[in-house]
Amino acid sequence: MSHGSGGRATAQLIAEVFQAALDNDLLAQGNDQALFSPPPGRLVMSTDGHVISPLFFPGGDIGCLSVHGTINDVAMAGARPLYLSAGFIIEEGFPLDDLVRIVQSMGEAAQSAGVPIVTGDTKVVERGKGDGVFITTTGIGVVPDGIQISGDLARPGDAILVSGSIGDHGVAILSKRENLGFATEIHSDTAALHDLVAAMVGSVPEIHCLRDPTRGGLATTLNELAFQSGVGMQIRETCIPIKSEVSAACELLGLDPLYVANEGKLIAICPADHAERLLATMRAHPLGSESAIIGAVVEDDLHFVQMETGFGGSRIVDWLAGEQLPRIC
Amino acid sequence: MHGERIRVRGLVQGVGFRPTVWRLARECGLIGDVCNDGEGVLIRARPAADIDPAAIERLCERLRTECPPLARIDAIERQPLTEPIPHSDFRIRDSQITQARTAIVADAATCPDCVREIGDPKDRRHRYAFTNCTHCGPRLSIVRGIPYDRSRTSMSVFPMCPACRAEYGDPANRRFHAQPNACPDCGPRLWLVDTQGREIDTGATGDLDAIAAASRLLHEGRILAIKGIGGFHLACDATNAEAVAELRRRKRRYAKPFALMARDLEVIERYCTVDTEAARILTTAAAPVLLLNGIEPDPGSERALADAIAPGQTSLGFMLPYSPLHHLLLEDWDRPLVMTSGNLSEEPQCIDNQDAVARLSPLADFALLHDRAILNRVDDSVVRVMAGAPRMIRRARGYAPSPIGLPPGFETAPAVLALGGELKSTFCLLRQGEAILSQHLGDLEDARTAREYERTLDLYLDLFQHRAQILAVDRHPNYRSTLIGRDRATRWQIPMVDVQHHHAHLASTLADNAWPLHGPPILGIILDGLGYGDDGTFWGGEFLIGDYRDARRAGHLKPVAMPGGTQAILEPWRNLFAQLECAGGLDAMRRRHPDLTTLDALAAQPLGVLRTMLERGINAPLSSSAGRLFDAVAAALGICGERILYEGQAAIELESLAARCLADTESGYPFQTSEGPTGIQLDAASMWPALFQDLSQGVEIARISARFHRGFAAAVVELALEIARRHQIATIALSGGVFQNRVLLESVSKDLSDAGIQVLLQRQVPSNDGGLALGQACIAAARAIRP
Ligand SMILES: [Fe+3]
Ligand SMILES: [Mg+2]
Ligand SMILES: [Zn+2]
Ligand SMILES: [Zn+2]
Repeated sequence: MSHGSGGRATAQLIAEVFQAALDNDLLAQGNDQALFSPPPGRLVMSTDGHVISPLFFPGGDIGCLSVHGTINDVAMAGARPLYLSAGFIIEEGFPLDDLVRIVQSMGEAAQSAGVPIVTGDTKVVERGKGDGVFITTTGIGVVPDGIQISGDLARPGDAILVSGSIGDHGVAILSKRENLGFATEIHSDTAALHDLVAAMVGSVPEIHCLRDPTRGGLATTLNELAFQSGVGMQIRETCIPIKSEVSAACELLGLDPLYVANEGKLIAICPADHAERLLATMRAHPLGSESAIIGAVVEDDLHFVQMETGFGGSRIVDWLAGEQLPRIC
Repeated sequence: MHGERIRVRGLVQGVGFRPTVWRLARECGLIGDVCNDGEGVLIRARPAADIDPAAIERLCERLRTECPPLARIDAIERQPLTEPIPHSDFRIRDSQITQARTAIVADAATCPDCVREIGDPKDRRHRYAFTNCTHCGPRLSIVRGIPYDRSRTSMSVFPMCPACRAEYGDPANRRFHAQPNACPDCGPRLWLVDTQGREIDTGATGDLDAIAAASRLLHEGRILAIKGIGGFHLACDATNAEAVAELRRRKRRYAKPFALMARDLEVIERYCTVDTEAARILTTAAAPVLLLNGIEPDPGSERALADAIAPGQTSLGFMLPYSPLHHLLLEDWDRPLVMTSGNLSEEPQCIDNQDAVARLSPLADFALLHDRAILNRVDDSVVRVMAGAPRMIRRARGYAPSPIGLPPGFETAPAVLALGGELKSTFCLLRQGEAILSQHLGDLEDARTAREYERTLDLYLDLFQHRAQILAVDRHPNYRSTLIGRDRATRWQIPMVDVQHHHAHLASTLADNAWPLHGPPILGIILDGLGYGDDGTFWGGEFLIGDYRDARRAGHLKPVAMPGGTQAILEPWRNLFAQLECAGGLDAMRRRHPDLTTLDALAAQPLGVLRTMLERGINAPLSSSAGRLFDAVAAALGICGERILYEGQAAIELESLAARCLADTESGYPFQTSEGPTGIQLDAASMWPALFQDLSQGVEIARISARFHRGFAAAVVELALEIARRHQIATIALSGGVFQNRVLLESVSKDLSDAGIQVLLQRQVPSNDGGLALGQACIAAARAIRP
């Protein structure tokens, strides 16, 4: 890959690699923009830059991750995602084979999600000024009428649900990057959750909050929601689904799985009397088969997220600014 | 004839000081009055007409010698009186409180007079569990606001009967203005409940009263929750192995020693060595748990303590009864009771009846409840005699919130609030020459403790009318106390100072020893678990040169990684592995000693991942911690290497072992020093071959532990003396949690003293993180006071 200035080389590259992998009508028009009519309803839009090492990991790669990430951010408004755009920053000298793999993975992810990538941009930067490849995706979606989902709507008494086991993605990335060689290979959970969300809002339109616990993990996301809504949260350690291999890896590494990133899970908060129905809907979906009710929203001026531990204690699950630093003297 | 205006400063309010003045003044033939005000007690006095002029002199003398038990006189200042006294007798005037300073005192153990009354069948308080007077009883635990009077305590719901009211109003009575004064006719009552919270009719069970019934149940081997002064205890017969084991199982406290309560010193003497100093400490009004050396029990004695009381330790924690309830409960006990805090392991103890029944019913078979609410949780204090003096391990009931006088130079200090550490949290209010250190509040990672911390903080700010001008916190960004500080500093719009952890330990020791604000810099040896360092790494084996304002590193233990961060604090084997990797490697050590099972056990751990973590720095923060070195040694000796069950367990058990053969162990393991970019480094690498050599030759582990202690102490002393010589320092302070190790503290302080060094040790406040807040407050104040 050579560093160009929008010349013939880049045009050729776009034609060959991107058109082939991301094939759809809007992209095929070859314009610098995608033209479409908005469907009725409220639109949502979200954008996310993807920077990850390693680019390929068990369960996925930066390509499908960049599609899933933005679809999920759009879907967490209760929306049906419509279109994506993608911006690439590629480091000079990046192997073409890898680029092809990544873009194909994006194409497949978009295809199977039914959310086409309809416009995009590619820049090549000098060697040393990038880290392989960075991908920024933007998504647009439409929210069905009657759905009102927002991070500030959690109310005391609401139930807190999670759609499956936590910590898989972060541990998969770390163990691949650092070549930790755990006995069991741990796979990223990266997945597009909009179909699950569609089922959820279809069955329980009263859902108050949805959020995907990506960077910072379950703990950080719950703290964000508690702060935004001005409430506290009470969760139960024994109810939080976690794979035994993830739990073992975290213990060995000394990491708290509550702070480890996920890419295919969501947190839902809904009125308690709808919780069982929502849980049943989630469990009926392949991406939510291990869903669980993990706790409840409570009144709390201090906005604590507190967890009843397996031993009956009540630990504050803090909002961590930086790393997990030991605190015991 | 002219009189005098006598100002008495110190701990003189709420302790029966005015009635004492009243009585003595009348006995000395004086006319005048006495009142409380913002600065203490103010006396105006002149001799009656025919009395000799030295009467005032006599009053002042007798005030010092006949000072009430809970009072403390810091100063008596006398001036000529300018105004006439408007009456011809001696009176107690109403309080002139402009600014409350010393009005709330610590809870005090039942005084001998009250003990006599509850034991006297003819007394109206016979067997009454809430008997108290001005010289004893609850204070901090029942207060809700100021000024301190009955309406602002949990006694407000008990209107006094005429007899009690008369005592309360009579200056000649021991109960004059005793706010919690009560009797069986008007005061709180006790009752016994089952696990469902249903009251048991103890009359129907044939018992004298609920206390007698509770005592009988304890004799039968039951576990009881007992509401006390500052919280609930879980109690059982300490000689009943089954009951003790059951209590451990229910409480999920598998190893941490249980505190014991015994009726009198005689009972304690059967289990421990009690010298006169120990007896004195046990019988003070603070009545702490005192850690005592256990004596070998007679084999097969039916009064032998259950083994599970203090596993792996040679010392036992004993206290004497400190409330009438305890005296009555233990009346017919010639053996000790376990009296451990009423909680699940690691949570704060219960203080509320309903909460107690809910939380303690899985733990206790019955609960002895009462209806005097505990408004503030105050745990039992823990004291240990080390290096010739009592030293605080946990400062709570009986000590807090008594003010700690600050050294010269702090008289003009601004109001500072310091928020302490994370695990053994306390906070400190400082202003104008004194510091109020809160009672031990505990682990702020626990949600209940964190709430209670903030609530107690607000109470103290109100009780002491403290408006902070400066906030001080630890430099660790994730301590909850730091987060609380950040939040409050923003809300109050005041500056916040973040203090390096070990500098705070150093300053705490300075303040504890009345070291003047403008005194010269000294050397502090801070041997600790872990604290956030100036360079973002973790410190904990520090040689700091400094004063109240600043400190800098002159030396430290050589940093070693903690693979797994917090997990390395919980699992000592990780530290052993990291230590060995810095000392030639585990594999080389195994080749040298293929016979050693501890090394085999270590090699069976998932070391591949740990090696990668060390090599690539994945959650393997470097730390110069002394605590982790002790953990590693414990793991090498097969002591709780897999996982510790309570904080400091490895080091505590290691010390117990060392104490057994310290006397005849001369030589210690070798340590080395080298010059490093951040001071002289003390390196343990050279010690490991010698230690494993001993281990493979079958030297007993107690001996090895003693050699480790000897070697480490000698190396610490040598390095300290070298630094002191280079910097011409003659005073060295010892602090940090690791110095709660008596063997280490005594050998380091003795060797330094023998070398002509003035050694400063902590005394009034713990050398562990319970003393941090005092140090933080002094540092922030010192920086704010203009030189
Ligand atoms: Fe410390
Ligand atoms: Mg985003
Ligand atoms: Zn008394
Ligand atoms: Zn009465």
